[in-house]
Amino acid sequence: MAVPLLEVDDLTVRFRTDAGWMTAVDRVSLAVGEGEALGIVGESGSGKSVTALSILRLHAAATTRMPTGKIHYGGKDLLTLPTREMRQIRGGEIAMIFQDPMSSLNPVLTIADQIGESLRLHQGVDQATARKRAIELLDLVRIPDAARRVDEYPHRLSGGMRQRVMIAIAIACRPKLLIADEPTTALDVTIQAQILDLLRDLQRELGMSVILITHDMGVIAEFARRVMVMYAGRVVETAPVGQMFRRPVHPYTEGLLTAIPKLDVDVRRLPTIAGSIPDPTAVIPGCRYSPRCPQVQESCRRDSPALLPAGPEREARCPPRVAAMAKETVA
Amino acid sequence: MAEATILASGEAIAARRRFRVLRKLLHHRSFMAGFIIVAVMVIAALCAPLTGVDPNQMRVRLRFRPPSEVNWFGTDQFGRDLFTRTLYGAQLSLWIGLAVAVLSGVVGAAIGVLSAQFRRLDSLLMRIMDALMAAPAILLAIGLGAALGPQTHSVIIALAVAYIPRTARIVRASALVTRELEFIEAARVSGASSMRIMFKHLLPNASGPLLVQSTFVFAFAILAEAALSFIGIGPPPPAPSWGNIIAEGRQFAVQSWWIMLFPGFAISLAALGMNLLGDGLRDVLDPRLKVES
Amino acid sequence: MSAALKTDTADAPIIQVRDLVKEFNVTRGRGGPPAILRAVNHISFDIRSGTTLGLVGESGSGKSTTGRLLVGLIPATSGEISLFGETITGADGEAALAKVRSKLQFVFQDPHGSLNPRMRVGDCIAEPIDIAGGWSRKDRADRVSELLETVGLPRAVAERFPHEFSGGQRQRIGIARALALRPDFVVCDEPVSALDVSMQAQIINLLLDLQERLGLSYLFIAHDLAVVRSIATDVAVMYAGALVEQAPKTVLYSAPKHPYTQALLDAVPRPDPDRVRSAALGGEVPSILNPLPGCAFAARCPHVMAVCRQDRPAPRPTGEGHVVACHLY
Ligand SMILES: Nc1ncnc2c1ncn2[C@@H]1O[C@H](COP(=O)(O)OP(=O)(O)OP(=O)(O)O)[C@@H](O)[C@H]1O
Ligand SMILES: Nc1ncnc2c1ncn2[C@@H]1O[C@H](COP(=O)(O)OP(=O)(O)O)[C@@H](O)[C@H]1O
Ligand code: SF4
Ligand code: SF4
Ligand SMILES: [Mg+2]
Ligand SMILES: [Mg+2]
Repeated sequence: MAVPLLEVDDLTVRFRTDAGWMTAVDRVSLAVGEGEALGIVGESGSGKSVTALSILRLHAAATTRMPTGKIHYGGKDLLTLPTREMRQIRGGEIAMIFQDPMSSLNPVLTIADQIGESLRLHQGVDQATARKRAIELLDLVRIPDAARRVDEYPHRLSGGMRQRVMIAIAIACRPKLLIADEPTTALDVTIQAQILDLLRDLQRELGMSVILITHDMGVIAEFARRVMVMYAGRVVETAPVGQMFRRPVHPYTEGLLTAIPKLDVDVRRLPTIAGSIPDPTAVIPGCRYSPRCPQVQESCRRDSPALLPAGPEREARCPPRVAAMAKETVA
Repeated sequence: MAEATILASGEAIAARRRFRVLRKLLHHRSFMAGFIIVAVMVIAALCAPLTGVDPNQMRVRLRFRPPSEVNWFGTDQFGRDLFTRTLYGAQLSLWIGLAVAVLSGVVGAAIGVLSAQFRRLDSLLMRIMDALMAAPAILLAIGLGAALGPQTHSVIIALAVAYIPRTARIVRASALVTRELEFIEAARVSGASSMRIMFKHLLPNASGPLLVQSTFVFAFAILAEAALSFIGIGPPPPAPSWGNIIAEGRQFAVQSWWIMLFPGFAISLAALGMNLLGDGLRDVLDPRLKVES
Repeated sequence: MSAALKTDTADAPIIQVRDLVKEFNVTRGRGGPPAILRAVNHISFDIRSGTTLGLVGESGSGKSTTGRLLVGLIPATSGEISLFGETITGADGEAALAKVRSKLQFVFQDPHGSLNPRMRVGDCIAEPIDIAGGWSRKDRADRVSELLETVGLPRAVAERFPHEFSGGQRQRIGIARALALRPDFVVCDEPVSALDVSMQAQIINLLLDLQERLGLSYLFIAHDLAVVRSIATDVAVMYAGALVEQAPKTVLYSAPKHPYTQALLDAVPRPDPDRVRSAALGGEVPSILNPLPGCAFAARCPHVMAVCRQDRPAPRPTGEGHVVACHLY
């Protein structure tokens, strides 16, 4: 990865809640190379969506304290970009798709209108061209009978078809980066497989970079090349996907991987992670995983651990484990 | 998923959540403003006897006295002390407001919850409610009030009936949403009766909107009582209701402005207080309706 | 088919379902013409005492409807359900259901919708007790404490309200409520689908422990085949209202026969970056509003034959307790 397409530096996002200020995303850094597929995985509330939304500055400003940090893209800092320029990038160079395809589509506009809107906005094409392009795009996302479907309203489409339309809208302007936030979570497994196939093919054909957000380790394994694991607003581990599944460094990653029900073998009892996800407003000194960590040490509850290099292209936020690994490699 | 994660609170902050509603109310400006207004009026009403003056005692010599140190709000055409009358009027008006709110709340809630629970009753009950709602509430109340005769209790009944349909609709809408939730099915798996479902599940979950609605009905009833009294179908004179005081003072509005001013002000203040209270309750109890502040 | 299931095991099933059909009257669109939607289409299965039947299928395939039929929440259109020797369908169904009601319970999917937000946790848990009646205050309180302990929650939570708990904790509360009257059979409708990964395993293990300790039988509904594998004894696969395949767990996962089951298993993303999944199955789940004749899977099936589009394949035993509804077998 020579010069990354997008580089997020120390992004912190805080929200005001009933119980005071809470840090949803805590000094998150990440980089996506050109044509790369980065996976972000974590349980609910770990800050995946907030990270993604912040890249496009799609936050209700009133409840948010201005996110801090830097988001480098094309020589600019997206966090300080004027709103007008930001709007050009949004949906143009960086596109996003969401979990719930129904609420992201406007129920009173036809598919043609919705795809065309993005094209007219970003490329200034006329109505007829927009319609023609819309049909091509529906073909591209493999919606059968595109010429007819283009005039339908979203509610006539199934969940899978709606997600295809969302993808068509997202890729309409040939974005350089596609951020997909749980794009298959609401779909049935056979439809999920179709959408994942589609996303992978499009990524190759269009040479896009993709950030795929999910809570499903299976989806990560299938789609991503590099993976970033989040826990309670922090990045706890980043690694090339193969390495992470073969040898997780952070105890949380390890716990998650062993707790997943197995499809290919019979297990008597699943190993579990004790306790539950911490309250987002709770103050946990030291390592935020320490109350649940089976390998917790005295120092973990005291010092906030840093993200440490744990091999080539790997980082983990767990000093004891990183040290143990380093010893192993030396020996 | 934000909601899910907020609920993923665990035990640590459970205690703080306990009094969340109360704390939010205490910090809600319009609720607190309304609460203070209403509280002051209630206290004033309860303190009416402390003036030591009979609100209905006529003193011909003291007719049409403007506000002074002795008669703070002045006197009326019979020389009755208007300050005392306004305080007693608060008793009567607040009592009518409360009675109407409770009566329409109880009956409206019963109708709403029955319609939601028994789908066959629903179309009949809602047809009746629609018919009642076809006329503006105040016209309906005037009609009923006229039919029942000028009595305090007939005013209460007329106003309650006028507002039952709206309350019933609100409770029904809430109960219809609740009915689809899984805890209703859970109760039915265990063999729960319709009674239990209505009273343990549907009604408690409609209590928020019901309470909010009742505060608005309260405010409406105070205003409407004045209107009914004004046209002579309110509580019978010489009962010192705010509406009566105004009605009696209207011929002298030009020379003796104070007769109408103070009870009029009291009516506005009471209605304003209840509305502020209701708005606050709605914000806190029903965040879905809240516009992001 | 019942014969096939019975030869496999000596003990008689406690739940027997035969030719069960459930139709809903629906209107198409707003004010549209009425139509009949067959959500459950002639299904038959048995559940033996102390075992778990896993029911898998995609959304809308009729899993929840089946579960709700089994505990008498909705009446069947036709067919037979017998529970503990009582037939709850047909003319005397109501009376029969009343007899076995205390043996049946249900655990719901939505940890937020399944507990009344206005009731304290203790009252939520004691609801089946209150409905049954006849318990003293002390017995009731003792039972609530005992139940909380059983599901791994501190006794003190009885005084709290549901919104103070996480999804996983609420699911435990829902399980405690289901256990209140010591049922023998519990329908678990996607009890872990709404939970985070780290919570899923805890709840699955809890359900397994309870089964061992209390001898419960489960109908465990899920859309996640891996979750079902971790808990079920037998598995039934549902597609568009019909059961397309049933088999003991080990058989089904190692040698799935029905083309839909095979596609479903193949489509699940595995946490294994080296695995290459074959291309996804095309098409979508057909509408059950106006079903075509023949096999419901025909439009998507890679092995479709001419006969498939005409005749609906009947479930046939193929040995080892395996029952498949496909013309290939
Ligand atoms: N507008 C907001 N106001 C207040 N808090 C918020 C807001 N948006 C998100 N949060 C909080 O920020 C935290 C991270 O949320 P986020 O949506 O990024 O989680 P996630 O990892 O995407 O989880 P999920 O898997 O549930 O989608 C959560 O605790 C959430 O409640
Ligand atoms: N009360 C009802 N009225 C009309 N249709 C229903 C009703 N309940 C379920 N259905 C329909 O029956 C089918 C099966 O539903 P369900 O059993 O909930 O599916 P699953 O649990 O497998 O996702 C769906 O098409 C659903 O829309
Ligand atoms: S830093 Fe300590 S507590 Fe945190 S994950 Fe590592 S070992 Fe566990
Ligand atoms: S019956 Fe025919 S179409 Fe249906 S699953 Fe079998 S082979 Fe495929
Ligand atoms: Mg999210
Ligand atoms: Mg279901």
